Amino acid sequence: MKKFETLSSRVVPLPIENIDTDQIIPARFLKATTRDGFGDNLFRDWRYEADNLPKADFVLNNPTYYGKILVAGKNFGCGSSREHAAWAIQDYGFDVVVSSFFADIFKGNALNNGVLPIQVPDDFLKKIFDVVFTNPAAEVVVDLEAQSITLPATGDQYIFEINPYKKSCLINGYDDIDYILSQKDLIEEFEQNR
Amino acid sequence: MGKTLVEKIWDAHVVKRQEGFPDILYIDTHLIHEVTSPQAFDGLRKRGLPVLRPQQTVATADHNVPTLNQHLPIKEELSRYQVDMLTKNCAEFGIELYGLGHPYQGIVHVIGPELGVTLPGKTMVCGDSHTSTHGAFGAIAFGIGTSQVEQVFATQCLLQQKPKTMKIEVNGELEKGVGAKDIILYIIAKISAAGGTGYFIEYAGSAIRSLSMEARMTICNMSIEMGARGGLIAPDQITFDYVNGREFAPKGEEWERSLAYWKTLYSDDDAEFDSVLTFDAANIQPMITYGTNPGMGMGITEQIPTTVTQPESERPSYQKALDYMGFQDGEEVIGKPIDYVFIGSCTNSRIEDLREVAAFVQGKQKASNVEVWIVPGSKQVEAQAKLEGIDKVFESAGFQLREPGCSACLGMNEDKIPAGKYCVSTSNRNFEGRQGPNARTLLVSPLTAAAAAVTGKIVDVRELI
Ligand code: SF4
Repeated sequence: MKKFETLSSRVVPLPIENIDTDQIIPARFLKATTRDGFGDNLFRDWRYEADNLPKADFVLNNPTYYGKILVAGKNFGCGSSREHAAWAIQDYGFDVVVSSFFADIFKGNALNNGVLPIQVPDDFLKKIFDVVFTNPAAEVVVDLEAQSITLPATGDQYIFEINPYKKSCLINGYDDIDYILSQKDLIEEFEQNR
Repeated sequence: MGKTLVEKIWDAHVVKRQEGFPDILYIDTHLIHEVTSPQAFDGLRKRGLPVLRPQQTVATADHNVPTLNQHLPIKEELSRYQVDMLTKNCAEFGIELYGLGHPYQGIVHVIGPELGVTLPGKTMVCGDSHTSTHGAFGAIAFGIGTSQVEQVFATQCLLQQKPKTMKIEVNGELEKGVGAKDIILYIIAKISAAGGTGYFIEYAGSAIRSLSMEARMTICNMSIEMGARGGLIAPDQITFDYVNGREFAPKGEEWERSLAYWKTLYSDDDAEFDSVLTFDAANIQPMITYGTNPGMGMGITEQIPTTVTQPESERPSYQKALDYMGFQDGEEVIGKPIDYVFIGSCTNSRIEDLREVAAFVQGKQKASNVEVWIVPGSKQVEAQAKLEGIDKVFESAGFQLREPGCSACLGMNEDKIPAGKYCVSTSNRNFEGRQGPNARTLLVSPLTAAAAAVTGKIVDVRELI
C-alpha cells in the first residue's frame, strides 16, 4: 500500500446523498479479476449515456472541477460490499473522500486501499460545497498526522477522527495482513484451546 | 452486568484485544464466490501464502451464472472467465467448491443455511454485504471487502472494531398477507437507509419469535440496507429443528454438546444495548418501495411522501430518485401497471417463498403485460420445488422457473430489466441501475410480487386472499 502524505488539492463536489456502491461502480463492471482499470468506469451511468457519450452535466465531465479530493453527500458508499468501489475511486485519482457520513464497509475498504475517508459535520460539508461552488479553484488541505481538514479560503478547520491503528497503517503504508500474521502463534493457540 | 448475544459470540472469538487496536477476531466459516475473490487469491500468490484453513472455507458460483441452460458453457466471456478462475483458485488452494452443475450450488446465503454450514454461535464472513442473512441462526455474520477476504484466507482472522449493539423488537401479530419482508421494509422505511450504521442489530419480540427460519433469514438479510454491520436473532427450538439433520450440522454426541452451548446464546435480561427500538406488528401493511434506496418504502396503499416534507438538504436527492422512478410526489402507486416480476435473490428465493407464491397463483394466470421470472436460490430449492410439483403450478400460470443464481437481483448475467421498465422484485436493492441500466425496481414481498404477476399491476394482496 502506498504511504499517505499530507495533501493540498482542489476538490470535485458531488452533493448527492446515499451514493451507493452500485452507482460508484455498476455490477456489470465487476467481472475483472485484477484490481486495475476500474477508474474508467467510476460513476459509469451518471457519467456516460448508454451510447458511451459523456453526460455534460455530470461533475466528472466538467473541466472546471478536478483534484484528488472527492466531496459527497451523506451516507456515501452504502449498499454492496464491493471493494471495486474503493479501487475505482483510487484508480481515478482520488486520495480522499469527504462526506458527513460513510457506510461502514466502504469506509473499511477505502482505508484498506490507502484512500482516506474523512467524516465531517453537516455544516462543515456545506461550507466546502459553498466555497467550491463559488470558487472552483479553492483548495482543501488534509493533514493526516494532525487529523485536520482545512479550508484556507475561509480559515475553517475540522479535526477528524480516525482509528489510531488505521492511521499508522496509512502513514506507514502497512496493511492488516502484515499485522495479523505477526500474531500467528496466538491464532494457533486460540484454535487449540477451543 | 449481563451480555448481549453479540457480545457473547464476539468475546468467544477474540484472539487478541489491545488498546488502540481493533480486535483480532477468529472467523469460523468463510464463504466465497466468484466476484469478490479473484483479487484476494492473487494477493495470496503475491505474498506466497496458502489459505490457512481451507476446510473452513466454502465456495460457490452464483453472481455471474446464467439461469437458463446451466449445463452449457457460459456464453458471456468475462463471466465464464471469472467462474473458471474460481474453479482454478479453489483447486489450487484446496477449497471445496459447489460450482455450476453441483447439486449444492446456489446463492451463497441460501446454501450455507440449507447445508448446515451456518450454525448458531459461529462467526461467518463473506465478500458480500448480505452475509448478515446467516445471523438468523444466532451467528455473527457480516460482509467484508476483498482485502479482508485475503486477510481471512491468510489468517482465518479479521481485524474488527467491536460493533455497537441495537435491539429492534417487533411485537404483536401480523395481519394476513403481511410477512417478514414487509416487517423489514417497514423497519428500514422507519429508520432510513443509514439508521443502523455502526450497529449489530438483534431482532427480538413476539412477532420475530413466531417466524420460521426462512422468514428470519429474510429479516436478517436486509440489515445491511439500514447500514447495519449485521443482524441476528437468538436461536431457539425453531432454529435447532431447522439445523438438525442437515448435511454439515453436528451429529450424535457433538450435536448434544453443540445444543447445550447454543441454548446459552441469548441476550441476558440485564444486558445493555446502545440503542433499542420497538415496533408493533399490527401497524405493518404490505410494503413497497417507490424510490432508489431501500429506505424509500411505504405501505402499499399510502401516497409517496411529498418533497416538501423532506429535510431541505435532502430534497434534490429525493427529487432525483422520484424522477428516476418516473413517479410524482404525493401520488399513489396502487393500480400502476408493471412490466416484470422477479421472484428470487438471497432475500426471497427459499422453498418457503416458492411455496407461498405457488399456493397463491394455483389456478391463476399471469397477466399478459408482464414477464415473470422465478429464480430459486439453490439447486436444492429447485429440486424440492420440482418434487412438490411447484414447477407445474408455475408453468401453467405462465411463470418461468429458472435455474439458481443471483440473476436479476443485480443483473450481472443476462437477466437484466430493460431501461425504463418497472420490475416488481423480491430482491433487496432498488438502487439506480441495480437490475440493469435505467431499470426501475419496486421492492416487495413474494406474496405482493405474486399478486402483481397475476394482475399486471401494483395491488394490495390483502384484497386477493
Ligand atoms: S442475490 Fe443479490 S443480494 Fe443476494 S448475494 Fe446475490 S447479488 Fe447479492
